[in-house]
Amino acid sequence: MIELRHVTKTFPTRDGNRKSEFRAVDDVSLTVERGSVFGIVGHSGAGKSTLLRVINYLEEPTSGSVLVDGQDLGALGERRRRAVRRSIGMVFQQFHLFRSRTVLGNVAYPLGLAGHSRREARERAGEALRFVGLEGHARRYPEQLSGGQRQRVGIARALATSPKVLLCDEATSALDPQTTGEVLDLLERVNAELGVTIVLITHEMDVVRRICDRVAVMADGRVVESGGVYDVFARPKHIVTSSFVRSALHDVPEGAALERLRARHGGRLVTVPVTRDGADGPDLSRLLRRYGLDFAIAHAGVGEVQHLPLGSVTLELRGPDDAIDAFLTELAGAGEVAVA
Amino acid sequence: MSVDWNEFWVKVVDATGETVYMVLITLALSAVLGMAVGLALYATRKGGVLPNRVVYAVLNALINVIRPVPFIIAIVALSPVTRGVVGTMIGTEAAIFPMVVVATFGVARIVETNLLAVDTGVVEAARSMGASPLRIVLTVLVPEALGPLVLGFTFMLVALIDFSAVAGTVGGGGVGNLAMTYGYLRFDTSVMVVTVAVLIVLVQIAQLLGNLLARKILRR
Repeated sequence: MIELRHVTKTFPTRDGNRKSEFRAVDDVSLTVERGSVFGIVGHSGAGKSTLLRVINYLEEPTSGSVLVDGQDLGALGERRRRAVRRSIGMVFQQFHLFRSRTVLGNVAYPLGLAGHSRREARERAGEALRFVGLEGHARRYPEQLSGGQRQRVGIARALATSPKVLLCDEATSALDPQTTGEVLDLLERVNAELGVTIVLITHEMDVVRRICDRVAVMADGRVVESGGVYDVFARPKHIVTSSFVRSALHDVPEGAALERLRARHGGRLVTVPVTRDGADGPDLSRLLRRYGLDFAIAHAGVGEVQHLPLGSVTLELRGPDDAIDAFLTELAGAGEVAVA
Repeated sequence: MSVDWNEFWVKVVDATGETVYMVLITLALSAVLGMAVGLALYATRKGGVLPNRVVYAVLNALINVIRPVPFIIAIVALSPVTRGVVGTMIGTEAAIFPMVVVATFGVARIVETNLLAVDTGVVEAARSMGASPLRIVLTVLVPEALGPLVLGFTFMLVALIDFSAVAGTVGGGGVGNLAMTYGYLRFDTSVMVVTVAVLIVLVQIAQLLGNLLARKILRR
C-alpha cells in the first residue's frame, strides 16, 4: 500500500555563519501492507513526524521515493498530488479543527474539496459522525467539545472521503488515559470495519502494543529496528527499542526499584521471561521442584501484546547456593534468564 | 459673528451625510483592495502558501513607504493623481481617492497580520485534505481570522472618520470642512463643539457595530 525507498529529508540550518543541514529523515526504507496498522515509534526529534508528512508529500523528500498504491508521488505534479492526498486521511495531535465551522461543517469540508454537492457532503459527513458516535453534536462548535470528542471529529473528518490510508500524528498524545483508550478502540474499528490502512506515529510504546501489527523504531532519523509487534516486544535488538518495550511492559525492575527489591528480599533474584510459547511456566515449576527450591514473587509484569501473553517475572530463590547455581544453569539452557 | 442655528442645522446634517458617504465608500473600496493586497502579501511571504520573494518585497516596501506619510501630506502629494483619476482636486469625490489609497495599505497590513495569527495547524490540515493554496486562503484562513479581521476593519473605519475630517480641511466635504470653514476660520466655538460631537458619535456607532459583529463571529 505504502512503500518508502531510501527516503531522506534534510533541512538547511545555520551553524554560526556556516550553512549546514539537518538530516531529519536519513535513508528510510519501509513497506506498509494494505489493511495493516503500522506504528512508528521514537523520541521527540527522532524524525517520525517528518517521515509521516513525507508519506502524503506535505514534506517533499530531499531524495528517495514514496509510492502510495503503486503511484510514485514524486513523479506527479502538484495538482495530481492533491488528488492523491484526498485518498489519504490525516489526524493530528492538536486536532486542528476549523474553529469557524460547526462539527458537521468540519467533517463536510474535505467532501466539498472532493467536489461533492453541499447536500451530499452534509449527508456523508453525517454518516461519518455516526460512525464515531457524535451524530448528536453536529451543530456544535469545536470549543464546546471535550478533547476526546474533538479527536473523534478529527477522525470523522479524515474518514469522510473514504480514504484508503489514515495517517495519525500522535493522535492520542494530548488525551488522558481513558480517552486515549476510546480513541484507540475507534482507530481499531476504522481498521477492522472499514479496512483502512493506518500509519501512526507515537512516543508511547503502549499505543503500539494496543493496536499495531507492525512497528518501526526511529532514532536520529533512521529506522533502527522494525518487524512484527510481538517479535519486537519479545526480542528487542536495539537499545532504544528495549527501553521503549520496558516502558510499555513495566516488567523488569530497574534502578531504585531494584535496590528496594534487593533490600526487601534476602535471597537471589532471577528474572524469567513469559512468552507466547508458554514453556517457561511448567518448566520453571518442574525445575524448582527438582532442585528443592522455594521462591517468592518479587516483581512481575505480564500483559498481552497482540492478544498473546508477554512479560517477565522476577523471583527470589531460597535454598542452598549450589542448588540455585545448578538450577540457573539448566534454566539458562532452556531460554534467556536475566539474573537481577 | 456666529451662525444662526435655526438654519445651520441643515448644513450639519448634510455634512454628516457627506462624511458617512465618504467613509463608507472608502471603506468598501479599501476593504476589497486591501484584502487583495493583504492576501497577496500573506501568500507570497517566505514559507507561505505561494512563496514569491520579488512580489513580497515589492508589496512590503510599498506599504512601508505609504503608511508613514502623514495623511494631510498624502492628500497634497497625491493631488495630481487625484485630478487625473477623479477629474478634480476638491470636493467629496476628490477626498475619497487619497483616502482609498492610504486605507488600502493600512487594511493590507491588518489582513496580513491577522492571517499570520491563524494556527498553522489548520492550514496543514487543509493541505492534507488536498486543498489548493487559493482554496486554503479563501475557505480556511479568511473564515478562521474573520473575528479579528472585523475588529481590524472597525479600527480602519474609525481611522477613516478621522481621515475624512482632515480631508475636509483641504477642500473635501463633510463635517471636517464645516469645522474648518465655520468653526476655525470664523472663530465660532458652537460650530466647533457640534462638529466634534458629531465625529465622536460617529466613532462610537462604528466601534459599537464592529464589536457586536466580531462578538457574533467569535461566539464570545
